[in-house]
Amino acid sequence: MSTLPPGGFQAEVTANQTTFATPAEDGVAASIGITSRTPAQLAWKRFRSDRKTMAAAVIVAIYVVLALLAPVLVAAGVLDPYLTHQNLIDSNGLPVGSFGGISAAHPLGVEPGIGRDTLSRIWLGLSLSLFISASAAVFAIVVGVVLGIIAGMSRRWADTLIGRLVDLVLCFPQTLMLLALSGLVVTWLTGTLRIPSGTTAQATYVIFVLGIFGWPSVTRIIRGQVLSLREREFIDAARLIGASNGRLYFKEVLPNLWAPILVQFTLILPAYVSAEAALSYLGISVKVPTPTLGNILSASIQYGSSDFLYFIAPAFLLVLVVVSFNLLGDGLRDALDPRTQR
Amino acid sequence: MIAFAIRRILVGIVLLLAMVLVVFVLFFAAGNPARDVCGKYCTPQKLANITQVYGYDKPITYQFGQFVKGLAVGRDYPVDDKYREALQKSNPSLVIHCDAPCLGYSLRSAITVNDAIAKYAPVTISIAVYAFIIWIVFGVLFGVIAAVFKGKWLDRVIVGVTLVVYALPTFFVGTFLLQFIAIRWKLFPYPRYVSIADGGVFNWLIGLTLPAMTLALFYMAAYVRITRAFVLESLSEDYIRTARAKGLTERVVLFKHGLRAALTPLLSMAGLDFAALLAGAVITEAVFSYQGLGLLAVISNRNSDLPILIGLVIVAGAAVLAANIIVDILYAFVDPRVRLS
Repeated sequence: MSTLPPGGFQAEVTANQTTFATPAEDGVAASIGITSRTPAQLAWKRFRSDRKTMAAAVIVAIYVVLALLAPVLVAAGVLDPYLTHQNLIDSNGLPVGSFGGISAAHPLGVEPGIGRDTLSRIWLGLSLSLFISASAAVFAIVVGVVLGIIAGMSRRWADTLIGRLVDLVLCFPQTLMLLALSGLVVTWLTGTLRIPSGTTAQATYVIFVLGIFGWPSVTRIIRGQVLSLREREFIDAARLIGASNGRLYFKEVLPNLWAPILVQFTLILPAYVSAEAALSYLGISVKVPTPTLGNILSASIQYGSSDFLYFIAPAFLLVLVVVSFNLLGDGLRDALDPRTQR
Repeated sequence: MIAFAIRRILVGIVLLLAMVLVVFVLFFAAGNPARDVCGKYCTPQKLANITQVYGYDKPITYQFGQFVKGLAVGRDYPVDDKYREALQKSNPSLVIHCDAPCLGYSLRSAITVNDAIAKYAPVTISIAVYAFIIWIVFGVLFGVIAAVFKGKWLDRVIVGVTLVVYALPTFFVGTFLLQFIAIRWKLFPYPRYVSIADGGVFNWLIGLTLPAMTLALFYMAAYVRITRAFVLESLSEDYIRTARAKGLTERVVLFKHGLRAALTPLLSMAGLDFAALLAGAVITEAVFSYQGLGLLAVISNRNSDLPILIGLVIVAGAAVLAANIIVDILYAFVDPRVRLS
């Protein structure tokens, strides 16, 4: 509908317009003692010189490793997010001891109420939240990229059709739809698709709906990129030697889109971590006892006054995840798109 | 120009109808809405009665046609003609007329969807307008300050704070304000919605401040970043160099040349975000238990009150579509390239 970019951070359009040095320029450069660099090397150099982004990348890497380790540690019995410790809870339902019941066995204390280990829950919750967000982001990116390429490459009705579909999906109120569809879709998932009810069905629902409402913005950005790519000589060349549409779309165009895809993925993922938390608060994401960052945070906000550590720890972790991913995404975009000067 | 506007509006109407159709199919795929209201002691006979009286036994194409007709000219409930005519004679107060644009009738709450929305809308509109003013004023202000002081410590502080605020979930911010600012530290009276008619403008504003702040913070963070990026972009344009070369003061360059170009796209973006809020700030309203459209959605979802949910989705979609059309037409006024494409 709108001719404007969608709101939010994604409005800052990404691009991968790297200029390639011609052989002649290379020769000149070599003769005056300048080494030539590939676009990837240039991007890496920009990326590395950006300390903020490097820090974010390190934190993200640590998070990913921690998230991958969590299920292993739970299986090995090192972390136990489900075992209750009633003996560590006083008569008011609050943890015994100072700072939310910190001890060697429970470095972040125990959960008020039934005394599950906070660290274990947050750790496994982080793992599940990242899994859900990453899956939803992959879903949105795959659908968005495929439709974006088709829309950008075809000059006729397919472009119009996809454009209108994007408009249609974008005019649905997202939070409202997520809320309204939850009951229906979960029933459908467990009934028709025979997905086990409980955590699996709830997680599938969140991934499904976030993806369904997430792809249009990706499609818009990818389409814009494809519009400029399709005028390039290598596309004409491929067409001339008789390449099929499938080959043109996915062998010629797609590899040139890795930069915006990577940037989009890094920016969508933290948005989905937040979205999962919001859905948890509305009671339509994965439910306790299975921990996610969202449902831990939704439970912990009731203890603002009484158990400050339990209140602040999940929020701090969530903010750190979202901020680092956003910083990484911004940094990647700056590195891969030299024209943006921010 | 007029042709462009008409085309836009027509496309908008088609999209709205498509949306109504999608919503209709999605929700009716779930089964018979009559089952949700039949109650604890539901007998097959009773269920069949309700189903028939409210027309849920008709094919979905027919129901869709009736719904669209209701949107256009209004309709009467119960739907079944014979039953309604009999009721008209025996007990006229039970026949409910729903004026156009009729969004449906909630059996569960025994109220037309229009009335339900009209009842809950003032709170949502109040919060949305208040939040909108806060986020535009402070978002643009801090964004411009950050852009002007790019790279200095002030810019860094603003950008850093913005990043964290943007990452904080709304329900966390809301609960924090409620538990600490209002309850524990008593810096602010406990937030309670008071309509202007009941308590005057002052109490109305006081009651809205914390929810509006909760809602505004997230958008403010986003707008600081967008404003900063737009202003930086426009300040690097050639005409800014020209303006400086002409010897204009830095203030004139910034306010007259830089900001004007940067803020036009921003305001249209803000229009769309504001329209999206009219569907109800679901989380903010849930945190503060304010009786707005968002809370109505949460309650209706809990009660499986499909007609109200459908109505809310349509109203929200219509608001976004209308905002889109207005923004597009305004843009076509400003920029001839848009209307020619």
